[in-house]
Amino acid sequence: MLDLLFYIFATLSVVGALGVIVNKNPVTSAFSLIAAFIGLAALFIQLDAYLVGIIQILVYGGAVMVLFLFIIMLMDLPSEERRKFGWGPVAGGILLGCVFVVQLVRVLADYSAGSRVMQDLPVGAASDVEQIGKLMFTQYYFPVQVVGVLLLVATIGVVVLSKKELD
Amino acid sequence: MEVTLNHFLFVSGLLFAIGLAGVLVRRNVIVIFMCLELMLSAANLSLVAFSRYNVTPGGDADYNAQVFLFFIITVAAAEVAVGLAIIVALYRAKQTTDITQINSMKN
Repeated sequence: MLDLLFYIFATLSVVGALGVIVNKNPVTSAFSLIAAFIGLAALFIQLDAYLVGIIQILVYGGAVMVLFLFIIMLMDLPSEERRKFGWGPVAGGILLGCVFVVQLVRVLADYSAGSRVMQDLPVGAASDVEQIGKLMFTQYYFPVQVVGVLLLVATIGVVVLSKKELD
Repeated sequence: MEVTLNHFLFVSGLLFAIGLAGVLVRRNVIVIFMCLELMLSAANLSLVAFSRYNVTPGGDADYNAQVFLFFIITVAAAEVAVGLAIIVALYRAKQTTDITQINSMKN
């Protein structure tokens, strides 16, 4: 059953990812990317990473993609769809992608630790939210502060960049 | 066939390859940015897979990786905000999002 779900959601995310680069319309690309992110979040949840899966849906599927769609809407893009199609970049991109996949298959075929199956988590262990929270506010407390400063800097930077006149 | 670590790593690598091809193939700068996000998420998948399959001596998953992933998602969100602001500024200056039209530093 879990194996079937893995294949379903892996297919969903791969098809969504292909839809991003195949579709001409940026709005359709954005919705395909949402499908890919939902498939990825389902894979995270299958790996017992519930918190990360939910954050993936909230942050990527929600906030980030709404921001993308908002910017696309702001720019009125579909008018630039028709333009001549360059074969050079398309061939280069597909070739590089194929080379990457072939190399990936060769590496994974030699990776002996990759054939292990999933062990059950110990019964009665603390939930992942509790464990991540404990780590984050003890061992990784300083990085959390640094990330907070980073978010503040990003917010100020976006406000400065988005202002009409910089005088 | 039971799902192994390699299955997750393959899906992760496949998504990364698709994102990489998209960055090279597409010319709309917003779609290129979406492909970058896709590559970032694909790398996250392999991180979570390693965290789940490499159990600690107690038999529990390695949660350090998931804390790391939390930081990656935070940085990615900040990156999207700044990147889209830059794209909007670029669009205001050039009235286009086609990367073949944005080449004023070339000559």
